[in-house]
Amino acid sequence: MTTDNQSRVVLSVEGVTIDTRPAGRKPIVRDISFDVKEGETVCVVGESGSGKSVTSMAVMGLLPKDALQVSKGRILLDGEDVLQVSAARMRALRAAGVAMVFQEPMTALNPVKTVGEQIDEVLRLHTKDSAAQRRKKVLEMMERVHLPDVTRIYKAFPHELSGGQRQRIVIAMALILRPRLLLADEPTTALDVTTQKQILHLIKELQEQEKTAVVFVTHDFGVVSEIADRIVVMNRGELVETGTRDEILTAPKQDYTRMLVSSVPSLIPRRSPVTGQPKVLEVVGLVKRYGKKGLISDHSVLAAQEVSFTVHKGEITGIIGESGSGKSTVARCVMRLTDPSQGAVVVNGQDIVPMRRLRDVRKQVQYIFQDPYRSLNPRRTIGQSLMEGLINYGIDEGEARRRAGETLELVNMPASVMNRYPHQFSGGQRQRIAIARAVVMKPDLLIADEAVSALDVTVQAQVLRLLEDIRANTGVSILFITHDLRVAAQICNTVVVMQKGRIVEQGAAGDVLANPRHDYTRALIDAAPAPDWDFQNFRPAAGMPGMAPA
Amino acid sequence: MLGFVVKRVLSAIPVLFMVAVIVFMVLRLSPGDPAVMIAGPNATTEQLQDLRESMGLNRPLLEQLFLWLGDIARGDFGVSLVSGKAVTELVLDRLGPTIALSLTTILLAVAVALPLGVIAAWQQGRWLDRLVMAGSVLGFSVPVFIIGYVMILIFARYLGWFPVQGYKPLSEGIGAFASRLVLPTVALSFPYIALIARIVRTNVIEVMGEDYIRTARAKGQTERGVMTGHALRNAAVPIVTIIGVSITMLISGVVVTESVFNIPGLGRLVLEAVLARDYTVIQAVILLFSTIYVFINLAVDLLYGFFDPRIRY
Amino acid sequence: MTSDTAPSKPAQTELDLPDMAEARNDSGVAAMIRAILSSWPARISAAVVVLIVAMAILAPFLGTVDPVQLDPSQRLQGSSAAHWLGTDSYGRDVYSRVVYGARISLAVGAGTVVIAVAAGIFFGVLTGYFRWADIIVMRFMDGLMAIPGILLAIALVAISGATLTTVLIAISIPEIPRVARMVRSVIMGVRSEPYVEAASVLGTGALKMVWRHMLPNTVAPLLVQGTYIFASAIMTESILSFLGAGVPPETPSWGNMMADGRVYFLVKPELILYPGVMVSLTVLSVNMLGDVLRDRLDPRMAKRL
Repeated sequence: MTTDNQSRVVLSVEGVTIDTRPAGRKPIVRDISFDVKEGETVCVVGESGSGKSVTSMAVMGLLPKDALQVSKGRILLDGEDVLQVSAARMRALRAAGVAMVFQEPMTALNPVKTVGEQIDEVLRLHTKDSAAQRRKKVLEMMERVHLPDVTRIYKAFPHELSGGQRQRIVIAMALILRPRLLLADEPTTALDVTTQKQILHLIKELQEQEKTAVVFVTHDFGVVSEIADRIVVMNRGELVETGTRDEILTAPKQDYTRMLVSSVPSLIPRRSPVTGQPKVLEVVGLVKRYGKKGLISDHSVLAAQEVSFTVHKGEITGIIGESGSGKSTVARCVMRLTDPSQGAVVVNGQDIVPMRRLRDVRKQVQYIFQDPYRSLNPRRTIGQSLMEGLINYGIDEGEARRRAGETLELVNMPASVMNRYPHQFSGGQRQRIAIARAVVMKPDLLIADEAVSALDVTVQAQVLRLLEDIRANTGVSILFITHDLRVAAQICNTVVVMQKGRIVEQGAAGDVLANPRHDYTRALIDAAPAPDWDFQNFRPAAGMPGMAPA
Repeated sequence: MLGFVVKRVLSAIPVLFMVAVIVFMVLRLSPGDPAVMIAGPNATTEQLQDLRESMGLNRPLLEQLFLWLGDIARGDFGVSLVSGKAVTELVLDRLGPTIALSLTTILLAVAVALPLGVIAAWQQGRWLDRLVMAGSVLGFSVPVFIIGYVMILIFARYLGWFPVQGYKPLSEGIGAFASRLVLPTVALSFPYIALIARIVRTNVIEVMGEDYIRTARAKGQTERGVMTGHALRNAAVPIVTIIGVSITMLISGVVVTESVFNIPGLGRLVLEAVLARDYTVIQAVILLFSTIYVFINLAVDLLYGFFDPRIRY
Repeated sequence: MTSDTAPSKPAQTELDLPDMAEARNDSGVAAMIRAILSSWPARISAAVVVLIVAMAILAPFLGTVDPVQLDPSQRLQGSSAAHWLGTDSYGRDVYSRVVYGARISLAVGAGTVVIAVAAGIFFGVLTGYFRWADIIVMRFMDGLMAIPGILLAIALVAISGATLTTVLIAISIPEIPRVARMVRSVIMGVRSEPYVEAASVLGTGALKMVWRHMLPNTVAPLLVQGTYIFASAIMTESILSFLGAGVPPETPSWGNMMADGRVYFLVKPELILYPGVMVSLTVLSVNMLGDVLRDRLDPRMAKRL
């Protein structure tokens, strides 16, 4: 999409400061200014806590009244300051002048009303059309967002639709009155990559037809590099830098922007498989069936079928798949957090599936969970959490404390944090602690279940580096579960691609990610935004299939 | 849908069975020989022996339980140990007043509590909300009989607007029926108004924080439209639940209220039976109330589907 | 480990943030007291509860006479220097009975909480964690919940004889299923929490797991529920006594006083009103405290009541 200088400015944010109410602490957003022109897509990028979502809520006039307020600046929508207009005028502007698409299509729709009714509500509020006219318009709009079988979906309830379909409904609702400005707050973050690609396409397509100005709030530089005309980088409530897409991606001026962009892992695989090492884990013909097979009806779900793969000593093996692919089920079976229905899980030469005493297995295999906010008991100190496993295995408290301290230093945390509680740490720090808790047991195999997915991209880069260092220093093998191909490309020696409970392809990361043989793997790589951009080096990737030496 | 209904109805059976077992255990395993209780302290050993024989009290406990369950299944609740009348007949005689009192109470409670709860939620944190909340804590902290007596004192004795006590069936004229029902209904409804209003308030407040409420506002919906069009419908399931719970809880209030206002209903029947240790009547009335409880819960479950399409089986 | 020095910098700065751990992780008692004293209605309720407890403890020193002393010559007297609140139909001193009545009510309230919470935790852990006999125990609990509590209590007292112990047990039994269900649901909810799974991965045994990682989650809701049970037990005791199925009739309990006053209520309503006000005041204050605790400790519970 191109923008020429004659295009009219639709949204103009001028020196906006947003304060907490009652005012007291530092403002959430300080002195932000940017413009958005007709037909232009401006991406507001930042990590959590940057104030990017709050800014978009302010434009919509939807800041929680008793908690936040715009204390300075103007927000001009086609020249009209939305901070000054009456409540009635603001309501009229919403949907007709400025519309919004939210992050969670699951919760953004009212669960007890049909989706047709919910789109229709916009027309009821803002037009004088008859019921028949409205219905016709709603159905047309549903077709424009490429929903299938629109008369049926009109009568459907949100829970009967997939995540992608729900997001299409939200977009239809936002765009049915052809607003001048569309605010999209992380609209694809909750979706799988393949769905994300379709939704990004759709927004672009509708934007081109209507010349809508789009503000796209996101943390994902892959998405940004696909859709942005211009980029606004925010950090801790301040505007760091603005520029065109190419300026920011190839020549960022600010250090923060440089760090942010270069933290994005690229899709270029970096490592080759480990050779000449013994097998640490061998999974053979693993099957996991949830629910019972009844006499008459079969309500069971096969979460994993005929899964076989091997992890060697010192190797990082990635299991890649979208939600529902069964990748976490496999990880949980390897840990015996879930009991496999069939098959063998051989750890250091011993099949652990028939074992009754799990304690003996569990020292050899340790687990790192996705959500660092929930994987540490909030009521116990870091020291207690770290020492718990050692003490369970009969190590005396003094020795356990010493080892816990050592391990904390291994993950770059001072040993003095042992007397503190988890809530005193950021997400990235907690994930380090969780890694320390696993590593302190000196396991042979670490299972990292989406262990970096909940982290901001700069923190993610640090934790990935930390895992690599630990592997290098301790020789531990890592089974790395992720939905993110970039992360997998960054860290894995070998990868296993799963779809609907089955392995569709596996092999060296360089082979599978650079020359995928299976259609599904190809589709995944295709859907990943900006596959051909090397973020670390601020340039296009030189020839995708080429592999940097490990 | 039909499958779900059948499944839910069937799942009520084990609960009812447990109720029967508990009632049986409570009455048979308590200290004291039922035969002595029934025949009185002056009965001879021989009389007691005959009584045990005829009541089956000397058979093994488990056998007694199953004999009794079999009788219940056939609708035979036995005869009153005191009056000798069939228990079914006694219960049917007393059913009318209790049903009348319960229905008027729950209708009044819902009619008053729903708007109160919504207003409180709307005005969250302001004085009207505080007033409603304070009133509601008061509402279920004052024993029903105190409210009842105070109302009798004020409205019957000093103002003379209503008869002091008693009950007249509808067949004796609507005036006589209604005038005697007003005070007990109002007195009994207090705790339920309090309870329902609180639940309505909390749930409406919670729903108002949901994402789809924000979506509705982003569409340009008015605050009134957000409340009536989006919030209330979503708060309906917990509200229906609490109304169901209130109906089942009415029973204890009914016993007290009937006693205060001298209404010859089931509550009085069970109280008389307890004081006279009339086993069979106690068993039957407890079973009846428990069955009502189970079926109201069933009805509430089935109603969920009406309000929330996600639970449409 | 040298490659990761840069990121530890922000870690340090974050650690220097104001330290709120001590405030949040101190014992439940301190948190509870702070919660209680945060608003005026709460302070007043707390003061009322303290006063009633003091009254119960200090009953003999508050100018009372023997609350069960009959004096047929002094029946139904009005208030006087000798009898501050007059006498009842047996000539007993109403003031003394009101003061001593606090003992019965508080004892019943506290006793019920102890029995119901102990049994509730036992069954809740049994069914929620060990899943042992889950179906049978929970069906039994469902059955128990289906029986109107007051009827069950009346029946139990009538059959087992009217003593303080039977009344206590009769009031406690119907409360057990609710506690058990709550404990069970908390434990089942926390079973799949990553930190519980993490502990299991570290080889933590079952009992340690329940004690260390699961039961602490029930403390806040139990405190709230316990407060409500305390209030409701006092209410139930007064209803039982009022209906003639409570503690022995000569015992000076508020419920018994109201039961005795029933016959005379049109001529001498204060015989019911004095104890009635005391019951209401006590239950009201405890319920208010329950609300405060719930709002502070367990906001989600508000939905369930």
